[in-house]
Amino acid sequence: MFDNLPLWPARASAGAGNVDALYIFLLLLSGFMCIAIFTMIIVFALRYRRQPGRVAEQIEGSTALEITWSVVPLGIFMIIFVWGAFIFFQERTPPRDATEIYVVAKQWMWKLEHVEGQREINELHVPVGRDVKMIMTSQDVIHSFYVPAFRIKQDVLPGRYTTAWFRATKPGVYHLFCAEYCGSQHSGMIGQVVVMEPAQYQAWLSGGNTSGSLASNGESIFQQLGCVTCHRSDTQGRGPNLVGIFGKPVLLEDGRTVVADENYVRESILSPSAKVVKGFKPIMPVFQGLVSEEQLTELVAYVKSLSAPGAAGAKVQESKVQ
Amino acid sequence: MATAVITPERENYLNQEYGIRSWLLTTDHKRIALLYLVSITFFFFIGGFFALLIRLELLTPAGDLVQADTYNKLFTMHGMVMVFFFLIPSIPAVLGNFLVPLMIGAKDLAFPRINLLSWYLYIIAGILMLHCICTGGVDTGWTFYTPFSTAFSNTKVVEAGIAIFIAGFSSILTGLNFVVTIHRMRAPGMTWSRLPLFIWAHYATSVIQLLGTPVLAITLLLVVFERVFHLGIFDPTRGGDPLLFQHLFWFYSHPAVYIMILPAMAVESEVVACFTRKRIFGYKFVAMSSIAIAVFGFLVWAHHMFVAGISLYSALIFSALSYLVAVPSAIKVFNWTATMYKGSITFTTPMLYAFGFIGLFTMGGLTGLFLAALGIDVHVTDTYFIIAHFHYIMVGGAVMGYLGGLHFWWPKISGRMYPEWLGKFAALIVFLGFNLTFFPQFILGYMGMPRRYWQYPPEFQVLNVLSTAGSTILAVGYVLPMVYFLWSMRYGKLADDNPWGAAGLEWQTTSPPPTFNFDVPPVVTWEAYNYEEIPAPAEEVSVER
Repeated sequence: MFDNLPLWPARASAGAGNVDALYIFLLLLSGFMCIAIFTMIIVFALRYRRQPGRVAEQIEGSTALEITWSVVPLGIFMIIFVWGAFIFFQERTPPRDATEIYVVAKQWMWKLEHVEGQREINELHVPVGRDVKMIMTSQDVIHSFYVPAFRIKQDVLPGRYTTAWFRATKPGVYHLFCAEYCGSQHSGMIGQVVVMEPAQYQAWLSGGNTSGSLASNGESIFQQLGCVTCHRSDTQGRGPNLVGIFGKPVLLEDGRTVVADENYVRESILSPSAKVVKGFKPIMPVFQGLVSEEQLTELVAYVKSLSAPGAAGAKVQESKVQ
Repeated sequence: MATAVITPERENYLNQEYGIRSWLLTTDHKRIALLYLVSITFFFFIGGFFALLIRLELLTPAGDLVQADTYNKLFTMHGMVMVFFFLIPSIPAVLGNFLVPLMIGAKDLAFPRINLLSWYLYIIAGILMLHCICTGGVDTGWTFYTPFSTAFSNTKVVEAGIAIFIAGFSSILTGLNFVVTIHRMRAPGMTWSRLPLFIWAHYATSVIQLLGTPVLAITLLLVVFERVFHLGIFDPTRGGDPLLFQHLFWFYSHPAVYIMILPAMAVESEVVACFTRKRIFGYKFVAMSSIAIAVFGFLVWAHHMFVAGISLYSALIFSALSYLVAVPSAIKVFNWTATMYKGSITFTTPMLYAFGFIGLFTMGGLTGLFLAALGIDVHVTDTYFIIAHFHYIMVGGAVMGYLGGLHFWWPKISGRMYPEWLGKFAALIVFLGFNLTFFPQFILGYMGMPRRYWQYPPEFQVLNVLSTAGSTILAVGYVLPMVYFLWSMRYGKLADDNPWGAAGLEWQTTSPPPTFNFDVPPVVTWEAYNYEEIPAPAEEVSVER
């Protein structure tokens, strides 16, 4: 239903239908309210227009009416709120096993990196039917990742990661817009999302030029920058062992606990003394300005791969979670 | 003195003194209102000119009329001029300034010199803004989002920021003046429950101006500091937080929407009461809903930030609170509609604007429900849907209210009538032009056209052409009143003291009023909107000709 309406955006993700359903409900509700109010105004205006001999009847008001037209709308509003919140909750909770794509936005282009190592600019290839989670950051100002056909939008901020996810349902080519004003060529910062059948997608994956997967690139940076000298994969290092820590709670020097997510790993690379792990000294050098956004995403992907199912040391914990 | 025949020579605030000095050094709230009227009209047409250029650029999908950088400056300066130099001062500084003392039976505002100072601050800010525009302009969007504004824009951000900083103080002083005046200077017998609803709404507006504007001032100062002294406040590369800026900015700029719309609601209540010849239905609820809007308005700012990177749970809370603020607005619309029931309704120019206001404000309010729904906001925020929504509130609501109010009180302000048929014609043009301009933008927004786009994919063109066509019609509707108001000042029929047969103290003094407003200080012994005691004007046609 409503698949090829004129003046209606393409609907190509699993969540888009939910958004449309609430939108249509609101259109009907507002249409009804407009018609009701406008009809009353027109009827009153004609019926009670000034005529010889007519005297306006002074009416003080009615508390019962006032309460009715406050409480009933509030009730309806709460229904809309819950419905909207429900959709939002789904939009903001990516499935655990979603394929990850790293997005680096800059004035005025989208750089997208698949974990397998494919890099794209202003173009994103994804297969139908797979959950895809984007981990996004910006190199300069705030941008916003917006795919109308998927009904998703998420601002992309410098200095941290934000995420969005979707599951494409229909092959095709869809707009990718930057939706947060970002300077001169803001309206030129557009690209496309190419949704492909899984077989085609596999062909595309293997045909592209890659320079190693994200995690393997991250590993070589890890070696180059000498991270490996302290973050050893045993308990003898001067820094914490990173195997298996991703996604797990970490106890800090000051007694707090944080979850080692993308933002935590990122912060620990750029300004290591912000949150020091309990039992370690704040001796790590600051890497702010020394690694690019792309290198950071590769390092994050590498740290993450140390906790992936199949990675050494991660198997035991992973089986517990499941 | 009070004879039936009115002669133009009669002493009033306009003819008591002549000469440029008598205007620039006046402390008369009515003259200051006119100073504001002239200055904000000037800025309205500058902002409108930018809007027309924006619409012309969007006539075609390619960016062809102006350069991308020019386009970005156009929408930025359209927003800054319209919001800070027209909409925020519009009704409060012109009609509020003129009417607040008259309506409560006072000789002037509590601080006449501060009132003049607030106009001078506005003018200094305005000159700075004009200088900024003429020497290159600014391209950050009226929202000044960081770190673009503090670290990336190469335009005159500091100058624009300081201009708005100064304009903010003008707004604060006006609010302060109103609050003190309404508390301390009401005529004997003018109790709080007898205040016209115009005063209640202006009181609520003033409270927002007083409490909200300082936060904007601080925020802009921080932007200037970060830009000039490279402090790390909002820029993440210097340890700042860009979201902090958005929280601070919207803490003022969401309530600022109510600075614009509450005074329009104030006008609405007066006009509807007069032309239905009835007391406003549910006076207490309408009065209290203004206060409720002012209070709840401070609790919803982060609904501008649902996709900005705030947490899931704060988004949930701000969404729920946003629905609360919709209730008092709905109460007002229902009460105005109920007021018409069993009234005696005349279709004068101000009443046509009032009908237009209810219609457009209702649509603006209802589309606000869409935006407050989290799941939908994700899709339509930062698209043309939101442009359409806030123009329905700020142009369809606030500007319609302002124009309706100007037409309603013009006889009192100028002592002259404008040609009624032209007034009605212009009201109709404004209504049609407005809808043609902005309704297509709702559809564009849901289709996914982002805002602030200089060029756009071709499938969006048809609706953009409609919108541009509408904007030219709207422009005609805005120029017309300026022309016939000017004409009426010399050639218009002389106005009676109370041409509409309206309640309210302002109609009991002469048109135009004397410098100190009332020849005999009024004593109030009646409730507001005592239309049963006031004869209607003999014939509607007596107003025409």
